[in-house]
Amino acid sequence: MRTAPAAGRPGLRRVLVNRTRVTAAGERQERGQRVTVNMTKGQAISLRKNDGGDLTAVRMGLGWQAAPRRGLFGSRTREVDLDASAVLFAEKQPIDVVFFRHLVSDDGSVRHTGDNLVGGAGQGGDDESILVDLQRVPVHIDQIVFTVNSFTGQTFQEVQNAFCRLVDETNGQELARYTLDGGGRYTAQIMAKVHRAGGGWQMTALGAPSEGRTFKDLMPAILPHL
Amino acid sequence: MTAELVRGQNLPLPHTRLEVRVSAGAPVVCGATLADAEGRLSGAGQVVHPGAPRLPGVEVPGTAAMEHRLVLDLDALAPEAHRLTVLLALPGGGGDPGAPAHFGALAPPRLTVGVPDGDGIATYTLTGLDTESAVAALELYRRQGAWKVRAVGQGYADGLAAMLADQGLPPMTAGELAAAALAAAVPTAPPATAQPAATPLTPGPAVTGPPPPRTADGGSAAPTTAVPLDRATTDPAATGATARPPAAVPGATIDYSHPRRSTASRPAPAVERAAGTGPRPPAPASAPAPATAPAVPVAGDAAGWTMDERLYNQVWGMFEDLARTTAAYRSAIDFADSRREQELDRALADPRARIGSAGDAARAAGGARYEELSARARETLDRDLAQLTAESEAVEPALPPAYARWDHPVWLGYRPPAEPAMAVRLGDLRLPERPELRIPMLIRLPLERGLWIDSGRGGSAGSLMADATELRRLAAGTAALHAVRLLAAHPPGGCAAHLLDPGGSAASAFASLTAAGLVSAPPAQGAAGVTAVLDRLVRRVELVRMAVRGGATDALPPDIDLADQLLVVNDFPYGFDDRSVTRLRYLADEGPAVGVHLLLVADRADAAAYGPLLDPLWSALLRLTPVPDEHLADPWVGHAWTYEPPTAPAGGGALARVLGELGSTRR
Repeated sequence: MRTAPAAGRPGLRRVLVNRTRVTAAGERQERGQRVTVNMTKGQAISLRKNDGGDLTAVRMGLGWQAAPRRGLFGSRTREVDLDASAVLFAEKQPIDVVFFRHLVSDDGSVRHTGDNLVGGAGQGGDDESILVDLQRVPVHIDQIVFTVNSFTGQTFQEVQNAFCRLVDETNGQELARYTLDGGGRYTAQIMAKVHRAGGGWQMTALGAPSEGRTFKDLMPAILPHL
Repeated sequence: MTAELVRGQNLPLPHTRLEVRVSAGAPVVCGATLADAEGRLSGAGQVVHPGAPRLPGVEVPGTAAMEHRLVLDLDALAPEAHRLTVLLALPGGGGDPGAPAHFGALAPPRLTVGVPDGDGIATYTLTGLDTESAVAALELYRRQGAWKVRAVGQGYADGLAAMLADQGLPPMTAGELAAAALAAAVPTAPPATAQPAATPLTPGPAVTGPPPPRTADGGSAAPTTAVPLDRATTDPAATGATARPPAAVPGATIDYSHPRRSTASRPAPAVERAAGTGPRPPAPASAPAPATAPAVPVAGDAAGWTMDERLYNQVWGMFEDLARTTAAYRSAIDFADSRREQELDRALADPRARIGSAGDAARAAGGARYEELSARARETLDRDLAQLTAESEAVEPALPPAYARWDHPVWLGYRPPAEPAMAVRLGDLRLPERPELRIPMLIRLPLERGLWIDSGRGGSAGSLMADATELRRLAAGTAALHAVRLLAAHPPGGCAAHLLDPGGSAASAFASLTAAGLVSAPPAQGAAGVTAVLDRLVRRVELVRMAVRGGATDALPPDIDLADQLLVVNDFPYGFDDRSVTRLRYLADEGPAVGVHLLLVADRADAAAYGPLLDPLWSALLRLTPVPDEHLADPWVGHAWTYEPPTAPAGGGALARVLGELGSTRR
């Protein structure tokens, strides 16, 4: 039997490290100014700071512009629903996935802030976010792959102002950005992977177009990139 | 609503005529300083203390006491006074050897800023104090023409003199002033200075009279009953992971600080100081913790309007963290396991490797890789569990009665609450990775579903060991404990209990409740008793539901008791006919929404004759067991948690106190 204690519980989201991360405010000044990296496909950058410390948290952001409202029968507007997902791998075996049906990885280190079904104003704000607390990722997870899917089936050509990006969550610095719209007749993109390298983490931009409704359709396409 | 401030938080004040109510676990001296815009005192005349208890706009009590009222009229303050600091100091720093010498030995003092004799605006509990004997508790300061209050909580181990010197007085003056203040406050002082406690500044009904008179004997008697739980008396090596306060003396105070942590690592309000907008006083006496050290857990470190809500959220946060960190560990171990299997299979699939040393080498390499990964996973787990254990040790002593274990000293001072508790503790939850780390199982009130104490053999090791009659006896005893806790979580008259024991088999378990007058009538026996009680409750549920739906709650018949009702049924379905079973199911389904709650003691096997008919009843109830059993799943990952039922406190002092208090309010 399952307890239902969550029912009466206010929406509390907390991981252990959320509290320890408070110290990041103090570090902020000492961290050197970093130049935004314009990623090209396959390029790898280390998520290691200039002063040698590791990045502790990254966020994948996904934003797009909602389909324009039609006049009389507004409810028949063909909504655009893009979904961000993160798949956690241990030595090429998928262990866990964070997407709109499973918003928090079992270990609590990867969190999806919630499904957006229609998109936003298209002015550069993230409509879906996935937060990764790299310090809390379980020891056997060595790669996290971020993907974008068009759940409603429009290709990226048909979506206005769509982009996905990877952000250093501790200071808001953008690490990589892809513009999705006009990118061809694809419905999915395997965006980037964050993987362990030495003691820290490294990010590799993948930017591989693909086809599929959810991350499950992408699994065969992801495997070559691991 | 009264805001609960945390250290460093500030709040605008809507009034200038205010009262600061102080309550502490032992007599304390209360005073105030009036500093300029730079936060500095211009002279000894800017300090209001028992020896000089009055300045324009501020008046402090003249004696040390456990309860204080400071009367403030901020409009009447001198215009150059920009910052009014409310300070507390312990008089025991000087003369009386029995008095506590530092705040760590007391329950955390609590301050409420409010309108005189009226509602509170903000409250602040001074947690985390240790060797300090004086503390700057609150600050009221001018900010762009308006007044704000800030929770400061800056303690000084060197006492009042150090605090005054910190605010800019020359050390000599500060020392003399501190000595004078403390001398004037001890009860042997001439009555002329001890008398004018807090006479109202302004006439009128809104202002209270003097504080509760605290005479010489009252002031000095209290510390002798209080037992300071000094860390120095607690051998750190002797206290295990589940160390609990050596309690059980009535009036014992609780040490909120962590038993194994030195004071040096306690975080001072460094963040607040760095972020403060105005000029700050010089560095405080206690150095702030280095920023890299892991945060020392404190009780109430969560969001919420009240301390109870914060503790509730904190406990649930610990529950989630333990579930998730264990999930990460188990996932890593599973992965390491399956990888080792696969590698071995691969090695053995090659016929050449079966003979010779190659197979052994592959096996050894696989084993080494397994060990390496599992060691790293274990290290991470241990780090998180250590943090959670430390948090648990900080949180458990701070829990209010409704959340506390039965052996918690807070029960010894139990008084019925003024309003229903937010949640109750139904037991403890633990995982096999760290059995001694137990998370309180807190369930929100009002209960959303009934409770079922399973008196049958659920298949767990614990239930297989006990024989059937023993299990039934345990189940009835557990149910009685749950019933007492539920009643104790409600204000007087807020919850009425009914007892159905058709077989009379739980008479001894429920004897204490009956004797204390907690149940409206002696346990109803036989089928007729069952029918009568059920009919009454069903009628109540039906009428209240109809009234609520129709919006006519004022049209209820006068004999309807609108208090919550707790129906305790022992040995279900003995003594129930088909009609009664149907009525019970109705109560289980519809009762919780209108305040009728069910506590059922039953063995599902006894009801086997009903077939699947009763399955919805069982699944609608929250199953608890009288012996530890793994049957509860968390809502995040779905681990099987071992539920540990509450156990009656040794000696029964706490239970007797609760029953006595509850019974006396019912007579």
